[in-house]
Amino acid sequence: MRFELTDDQRAIQQTARDFLASRYSAEEVRRLALEDERGFTDEQWAAIAELGWPALVVAEDDGGLGLGVVELAVLQEQLGYALAPTPLLSTVSAALAISAAGSPEQRSEWLPALAEGERRGTVAPLYSALDFDAGAVSGTLDGVPDAAGADLLVVPAGHERLAVVDLHGEGVRVEAVDGLDPTRRLSTVTLRGAPASALESADGGALARARDVIAVAVAAESVGVAQRAMEIAVAHARERKQFGQPIGVFQAVSHPCAQMLLEVEGARSAVLFAAWALDHSPQEAALGAAMAKAYASDAGWRVPAAALQVLGGIGFTWEHDLHFWLKRGRANAAVAGDARSHRARVADLIGL
Amino acid sequence: MDLTPTPQEQAFRDELRAWIEANHPGPEPEGDVAGFEFRRAWQRRLHEDDWAGVSWPKEYGGRGATLVEQAIYNEELARAQAPSTANVLGLAMGGPTVIAHGTEAQKRRYLEPILSADEIWCQGFSEPEAGSDLASLKTRAVRDGNEWVVTGQKVWTTLAHHAKWCMLVARTDPDVPRHKGLTYFLMDMDQDAVQVRPLRQITGEAEFNELFIEEARIPDENIIGGEGNGWAVAITTLMHERATLAFGLQIRVKITLSELLADARESGAAADPIIRDRLAQLYIECEVLRLNALRGLSAIMRTGVPGPEGSLGKWQWAEVNQALTELAMDVRGGRAVLDDDRWTYRFLRARANSIEGGTTEILKNIVAERVLGLPRMR
Repeated sequence: MRFELTDDQRAIQQTARDFLASRYSAEEVRRLALEDERGFTDEQWAAIAELGWPALVVAEDDGGLGLGVVELAVLQEQLGYALAPTPLLSTVSAALAISAAGSPEQRSEWLPALAEGERRGTVAPLYSALDFDAGAVSGTLDGVPDAAGADLLVVPAGHERLAVVDLHGEGVRVEAVDGLDPTRRLSTVTLRGAPASALESADGGALARARDVIAVAVAAESVGVAQRAMEIAVAHARERKQFGQPIGVFQAVSHPCAQMLLEVEGARSAVLFAAWALDHSPQEAALGAAMAKAYASDAGWRVPAAALQVLGGIGFTWEHDLHFWLKRGRANAAVAGDARSHRARVADLIGL
Repeated sequence: MDLTPTPQEQAFRDELRAWIEANHPGPEPEGDVAGFEFRRAWQRRLHEDDWAGVSWPKEYGGRGATLVEQAIYNEELARAQAPSTANVLGLAMGGPTVIAHGTEAQKRRYLEPILSADEIWCQGFSEPEAGSDLASLKTRAVRDGNEWVVTGQKVWTTLAHHAKWCMLVARTDPDVPRHKGLTYFLMDMDQDAVQVRPLRQITGEAEFNELFIEEARIPDENIIGGEGNGWAVAITTLMHERATLAFGLQIRVKITLSELLADARESGAAADPIIRDRLAQLYIECEVLRLNALRGLSAIMRTGVPGPEGSLGKWQWAEVNQALTELAMDVRGGRAVLDDDRWTYRFLRARANSIEGGTTEILKNIVAERVLGLPRMR
């Protein structure tokens, strides 16, 4: 029994941390979030593709690296920590869905291109409902992440069925829409008889697993978000002086900081366990994923919210960066199933 | 990362499980004396086959188990609902403290009777005016030839009425800064100068005692770790308390939770969406507690020392166990006015969880100062 990262996993963690720190300074995150039309640049995407991140969990037979969910979680945590605006998670999510449900032909059509970073993908939110008829799909999707820079979109097509829509094709309109979190761009996608290729497999188990992997990836990102917010709060509590001393000496400040650590470490344990179970212990995986997403959804915004209180007035300003982490944490809590829905799953899975 | 047991860990679990099955003495009898003698007999049985001091080094009669094996040990005993041992504090705290700080002669003298439960240990740390601020304790020890004369009062001394030895921290030098004037003694409880009075708690029972010490005598050779070094030795004891006891306790929480889940299903309370949501949250928190503990074990096995992170686990355990018993009272609804044979007691007993073994406030201070590096309060 060894519940800690292997040397290889640590290497992925360190590479990600160094790369993201050098490419995504706070100024750059702010610039991308507030000024860049798509929220990322071609150079940044090329560098991420070069590192193999879009290929990470794609099977080797499909042109990927064939690594596990633990590696994905390690990477996602660092992305949340840096708050790097990038369409990576959306692309990985699309690849996971196609991997779970695509026929060999469909896999070879899309997966190598997604793994190489030649194409980008995204997935319709879980609550979406569309009309699917004779290979064409119609309806409106609210809040599709990263659709503006994506080439393909995975949509629901009936019970436990998915389809892939070419976002550059007929009958597709993509309009930017304001979201809570400016570091992850949202669009309204309107489909009017857009051609859609139904993914052929109806393996509900594989689809459920793909949904769990995506939920754990989001949860892992929230762990990084919470970790960073905690570090910002602790640094402030050490430096900021009031009443002639650093405010961190006051228990009304230090105890909420301790509470942040409790929530961050708990979320990290839950996420790592879920990721490991998805890789190696299928019978524990669904429960593990539901627990991880429920716990990390809460921690992912509560910790930044508590950090804001430690910062006081400065934390409420547009000028300070903390609000970006708060917004990402709260937005993450709402995607891939919110805390309440995952707790309901936990209740079902433990036989309540 | 690999959460499956190694072949060695699996073999340890299999061997222990088979042993417990063959030796489980059944449910504990009612009554303080009968219950205690039952636990003493159980501990002797454990010791005969080297299962009493699993964490202790082999040379001192232990099994030299790894931390993961210790976790498995606690898990298996809890799962089998085996009785607890009679000499809980000697095994978990006293023995490890003697092993860490004692002389060879002390190890030969004290360790074996701890394992065999021939000599029961208790802990004389807290005083009426020194709780969280332990270093302010006032019990005085004054040298008289080769002996020390001790006068003072201790409180919350579990097992004092059964104990032969008390881990006593007393002030031996009032003229130096307060952490420096303390010495760690082993006091013989078998003398008239030590009076034990039961301390009745809110559950109505008396798990704890008060100790009134009036010129008790302790020979020089009963000092552990040297005169004036009591604070460091006491910290060793407390670290073991948090690391070992907390690990066993989190497994007990899981067992209690499964009882609550069964009750909630049976009574129909689990169909209430709010109760259902809270039960799921509690289940998640229990699992997080377990997973944190496992992660902590892996970290200790790599770094070699238990860190202040142990404080996080004890704090979280207290919150989870309290939340569990509070929810159980809600599940009982209007019937919570009645004295139920399990939940009424547990609800009341859990109030102490955030006080005993380090209050939650002190644990938060430790986390803030020693893990997060926030400035010290004093």
